[in-house]
Order: sequence, then C-alpha cells, then structure tokens
Amino acid sequence: MRRGLFNKAGVNARLIFRRDRWRLLFWILGIFLLTVVVAFAYTELVPTQHERMVMAETMRNPAVTAMFGPGFGLDDYNYGAIMGHQMLLFTALIVAIMFILMVARHTPGDEENGRIELIRSLPVGRLSNLSATILVCSGACLVLTLLIGLGLYATGIEGLDLEGSLYYGLVLGATGFFFTAATALMAQLAESSRGTMGFSFGLLGFSYLIRAIGDVGTEALSWLSPLGWVIRSEVYVNNYFWPIGLTLGGGLLLVGLAFYLHTLRDLEAGFIPTRSGRKTASPFLQGPLGLGLRLQRTTIIAWIVGLFVLGASYGSVLGDLETYLESMELIQVMLIDVEGFSLTEQFLPMLMSVIAIIATIPVLLLTLKIRGEEDKNRTEHFLARAVSRSRVMGSFLLLAIVVMIGVLLFGVFGLYSAGAAVMEEPISLNTMLKSLLVYAPAVLAMIGLGVLIIGFAPRRTGLAWLYLGYSFFVVYLGEMLQLPDWMARLSPFGHIPRYPLEEIVFSTLIIITLIAGGLMALGFWGYNRRDIYG
Amino acid sequence: MKVIATSKLTKFFGKTRALNGVDLEVKQGEVFGYIGPNGAGKTTTIRILLGILQANEGQAQLLGQDAWQDAVGIHRQVAYVPGEVNLWPDLTGGEVIDLFVKLRGTNNSSRREEMIERFDLDPSKKCGTYSKGNRQKVALVAAFSSDADLYILDEPSAGLDPLMEKEFHECVGEVKQQGKTVFLSSHILSEVEKLCDKVSIIRQGEIIESGSLKDLRHLTRTEMLIETRKPVHGLEDFKGVHNVQQKDLEYSFQVDSEELGRVIQHLGQFEVIKLESAPPKLEDIFMRYYRGSGAEE
Repeated sequence: MRRGLFNKAGVNARLIFRRDRWRLLFWILGIFLLTVVVAFAYTELVPTQHERMVMAETMRNPAVTAMFGPGFGLDDYNYGAIMGHQMLLFTALIVAIMFILMVARHTPGDEENGRIELIRSLPVGRLSNLSATILVCSGACLVLTLLIGLGLYATGIEGLDLEGSLYYGLVLGATGFFFTAATALMAQLAESSRGTMGFSFGLLGFSYLIRAIGDVGTEALSWLSPLGWVIRSEVYVNNYFWPIGLTLGGGLLLVGLAFYLHTLRDLEAGFIPTRSGRKTASPFLQGPLGLGLRLQRTTIIAWIVGLFVLGASYGSVLGDLETYLESMELIQVMLIDVEGFSLTEQFLPMLMSVIAIIATIPVLLLTLKIRGEEDKNRTEHFLARAVSRSRVMGSFLLLAIVVMIGVLLFGVFGLYSAGAAVMEEPISLNTMLKSLLVYAPAVLAMIGLGVLIIGFAPRRTGLAWLYLGYSFFVVYLGEMLQLPDWMARLSPFGHIPRYPLEEIVFSTLIIITLIAGGLMALGFWGYNRRDIYG
Repeated sequence: MKVIATSKLTKFFGKTRALNGVDLEVKQGEVFGYIGPNGAGKTTTIRILLGILQANEGQAQLLGQDAWQDAVGIHRQVAYVPGEVNLWPDLTGGEVIDLFVKLRGTNNSSRREEMIERFDLDPSKKCGTYSKGNRQKVALVAAFSSDADLYILDEPSAGLDPLMEKEFHECVGEVKQQGKTVFLSSHILSEVEKLCDKVSIIRQGEIIESGSLKDLRHLTRTEMLIETRKPVHGLEDFKGVHNVQQKDLEYSFQVDSEELGRVIQHLGQFEVIKLESAPPKLEDIFMRYYRGSGAEE
C-alpha cells in the first residue's frame, strides 16, 4: 500500500481483538439478549390485536414521537412494527455508545498510555492502529447485524419476518459503523480520550435532540441526524434500504476524513487544542464539598434531567392510560369498584417505586465516590491536610442527600407536568409528591448501606449495587412473578406504604430513617478507624 | 525540640510485616533524609506519620501530638508532597493548588505566583493533560507556597527535569534557612547527600543505620588516586588500606576514613606529584547494605 501507511494493520487488529474479546462478547451478547427479551415481553404485554391497536393509538402523540420517532405501520401495529418503532432507536443509541467507548479506548486512549508509541517504533504503518480499530469494530457491527437479524427471526414471533429482522440488524450494524467512524474522526480532533468521548457523546446527544425536534416539528432537521435516518428505514413495515445506505456511506466518508487528518497530525495531538481553564479556584472550590460538587456537576445535572425526562415520559402516557384502560371496560369496572381509586392512581405507587429506585442510582454513585477517590489515591490529598475523615465522608454524604432530594423532586415534576398536560383530571401535585417522597427513607437506607460498606468493607462496594438490583427485582417484578411477601420485605423499598392506595404509616418511615441513620453512624465510626488504601 | 518522634512503629498488611520497630527522631530545623530501596517501607512510614494508616504497634508523634489522634490539628502545620501525585483530571493545576492551600485551613498563598513561575507550571491546563513531572510540580507548588512548619516530601524529585530538580533543592534550602523542618524520603542518594543533615536508612521495614552524614562517613572509605616520583612501599600492609592497584607510578586505592591521616603522612616521603581524592559517598554505605540484603536472599 502507499507508503505503507496501513502496514501490519492485520496484526494490530488481532491484538485489539485479543485484548477486547470479552468486552466485545459482553456488549454484543447484552444487546442481543435485550432485544430478544424485549421482543418476548411485548408478546406478554399486548397479546391481542385489539390491545396492540390501542397501543398504536397511544403512539399518536407528540411526546411519544419525540421519544421514539414518528410512528409507522400504526394501522396494522404488529410486533414487527412495535419493535421497529419503539425499540430500534433505543437499541441504536446503546450500539452507538458501545462503539464510541470502543474507539475512544483504542485510539486516543492507547496513545495517552504510550502504547501506540511502542507499536509505532516497530515497522508498523502510521494508520495501522486506527484502521485496525475500525476493522475490529466493523467486524463487530457485522456480527451484531447477523446475530440480531437471525435471532429476531428465530424467535418465531408473529410479524418478525426474515427480511424485516435482517433490516433491523442492519440498521443497528450501520449505526454502529457510523459512530465508529464518527468517533475515529473525533479522535483526530480532540487531544485526549476524554475529549474524544466528550465530542462523540455530544454528537450522539445532539443527533438525538435534533431528531426529536425534527420529528415533532420541522422534518428537515431529522435529516441532519444519523439517528433520524435510523427510524426512517421503517423496518418490518416498509424495509427502506436507502437510509441504511446513507448511514453506511456517511460512515465511509467520515473514515476517509479521519484517515486523512490522522496522517496530518502528530501523535498525541489534536486539531482542536484543549481550551485552557481557570488559573485560580473559584470561591466554591473551598473543600471536599465544593470539590465533590465540581467533579460531579455534569453527572448530577444529567441525572436530574434524566429523572425529569423519565417522569415526563411516564406522565405522557398517563392520559392515554385512562383511554387505554377505559377501552377494556371489564377491567376498569373491576378495579375501580374494588379499590375506590382511579386506575391511574392505582398505577401510581408502581411508577413511584421504579422512579425512586432509578433515582437511587446517582445517589449511590455519589456515596460510593468516596471509595473511588480512595482507590485513585486522591483521598490522601484531604487527609494529609487539615481535613478530618468525618468531614470527607460528611461532605460526600451531604451531597448525596441533596442530590437525592433533587432527583426525586424533578422526577415528580416531570411526571406531574407531562401528566397534567395530557390528563383530563390530573392527579394533584400534592398526591404525587407524597407518593414519591415516602420513598426517601428507603433511598436513605441505601445510602446508609453504602456508608457502612465504605466504613468496614471498602472493597465490597459491589454489594450495594447487588442489593439495589435485588430491590428493583422484588419490587418491580415481585407482584408479576408472585414472589412471596418476605422477599420484598428484605428490601427497604418493600416496606414503603403504597400511597395513595395505602395510608402513610409514619412509624414505618421513621424506623427506616433511624436504621439509615444508624448505618451511617456505624459507617463513620468504621471509616474513622480504618486504614486508607490506595 | 523533636518535630518527629516514632518508637517501635510496626505495621502489618495482612501477614506481611511492612514495618518492624521503626524508631525515628527528627529535630526542629533539620533536613532529614529517609532512604531505602523501593518497597522498603518509606511510603508506609510516611502514611503512618500522616495518620492515613494506623500503626499496629508503637507510637508516632509529630510536633508533640499523636499522629493518628490529632491528625487534623497537626496537618495545619504540615505540607506534604506524595510520591505518586494523582490529581482530578477535570480540574486545572491552578484550581488544585488553590484547593490544596485551602484544605490546609490557612489562606496564605502569597508565594503562589512566585512558585508557579519558579517551577514553570502552566496553571490553566487540566490536570488530565499534565505529565507526571507536571503533576509533581502542582504538589510542590502547593507545598512550598504554604507556610508550614514541617515539610514531608515523598520522593518529590522523581519525574522532574534537572532544572526543576535544582529549583526544588533551592526551595528546600530556603525553608531550612527559615528554621523549618524537612522530612525527605528518597532513593536518589546524591540528592540526600546534598540536602540532608541526618539520614536514616530503611531496608525491608527495619532501620539499619541512622545518624548524621558525618557520622556515617566514618563507616566509609575515601577513594584515592596518587602519582609519585619514587615507588611507594608498604601500602598494601597499611592498616585500613584496600584494593591497591598500581600502574607505573600511579596508585589507586581506598582508605578507611579514620586511617586517612596516617596514610597521607606515610605517602609524603615518596614525593607525591598528583593527589586526587573522592569523598566518601552515601552510595557506598547504601550499596553495602543493599548488597547485604541481596546476599541474604
């Protein structure tokens, strides 16, 4: 090849594959299983043609269009159309994330770690690493395409025909390739792997956003977004190939551009230099609390927005839920007569428990951040100065509690504002606030567990996540799977009164809060006594 | 006044004994060198002194207070530079320096600009883009721009270029002039030799030698190279003379420091025309112990 730019790319590709085979396997298998499980879940959720048609009706509103893209095949809303409309875009997002991480890991990531320097000193072409990374990722896209395409067809679910399934897989593969190429290009522009990821995720978020705006309003905008192309192949219903061709072509163009820019630049350099930052600390950056806030602000804002959107997306179906359930007169009569609550209100505690458990994720992340800092040997910057261990722990704990209140409130606001817009008789904000805030003691108990683990078993932080996962499992799926009651009682979330269906039992809430406080106190005690590792 | 005093410090990590009865004594105004090979227990000792690890046995006192119990109070008067400086990639160097100064509880950062200039650091860059040497500089700037009584430095010059190393040595000299105390852990012997008044050598968790450099030099030999007009007699038989090598009328040999005077007297009668002597090196002491550990294994 010309000037040997691609020399030994094959060897390099094998090295990348060797290093990442498990990572690739888990990603691809994970995406595959998710797709198949969701496909089967729809057959449980909407088993009859009638129910699917009701679901199709709920798809005709702007909130849903903004989330999933414009509906298609709504006149004959079979499982194929449902998957292609409700699932494809989200899976494409996950695929894009996978390949952004893969490429960022191998191009700027390896450059920063000095590994590329080692390899480049050998008789290896300048574009060898970049092309090898793209080669491995393209291979992964191909495997993903075939696995999902054939896998969906193999489920034998009505409506998932071979052609549509292969198109479904192909859209995902093409999206993966496009974002591989886009990230490869970003890696030439940015100076670091963090910068590359920042640019790439920025592009992904922007693509999603302008697609949402475009789909609801000006359709021309959607044509600027690779995610807008995804939904327009209308898999299973029309199976248009040209949006896929557009995605692949766009990807190839970006690869060419990335190669060209790579030959121009120096190793470890980028075309967009890192912006220089502040020379002095702001008045907020005064101690561990200010630092925690500063380090986590993007994450915190993202989670608050995320919870708002989650709440809003649940809220946007509340109006249709009434319509949906009204169409099934039998169920409506049964539930309302027995309980004395509207169907939506009966649905509320379930919604709230899910929102509360998802809201626990950022809160627990923040709590366990103390341990992450210790692992990276940065806690000693505090402890070697005039900062006590209690202050370090207390700062992160305070932050976690404030964020807990923030994400819970914004979840409710999202739910309420979207719900009020679509419901004829909106549930009052007061009821909604109460039904979510009763979960605060349970979230506090999870924080307490996190603090306890940090105090006594700092290497076992995974236990907190395991317990949260268990809580989600028993609370969310417990009733569906008819698990025994005591299994739910093992989780703090299982003790929370299901307001408005049940009265708020303050003694229960106080006891859970006291237990949470006790766990925290114990954790502080342990943290003050133990060695700091790192 | 004793600034650092430990007695019989012992630390286990699981079943491994990282420190075994470490006694240290550092007086006010001293620059104290703590030397030993990698993995000997230098950083573990420092972490105990800073109250980050708790000793299993023994006592550690800094500035007259208990290193574990009174950590926060002690640290108001301590400036510390870790051996491996890990910083937050999203923060700039300038932000980190300010944060570190504030975390010490004092707001005295009058020397901040001067130090940034001396160490030639760009404080507007994110720490994630800094090299190891630059991260080291961030910690050094934060330490030397604060007004501490005790400076604890854990292999601080690793990763610095020679110019910055010189700047660092000058900073140590300046704080010493102000009567401050410096605890310097290092395995760069020339540095310790240049900066320190007293040293302790640690090997496999035990202190094997302590004292002033002057004391320790008694344990070493001076390297000598002479040229004479007359052949030298009886050098080999002289007490304290080792490794004599002769090339025509040039002789090279080593002399035990305490025998040096008598050897010089003896040489006088052979009409010396050239005399070169290399001072005893800390390296020799160190290597002797280091080899000793190798022989055991």
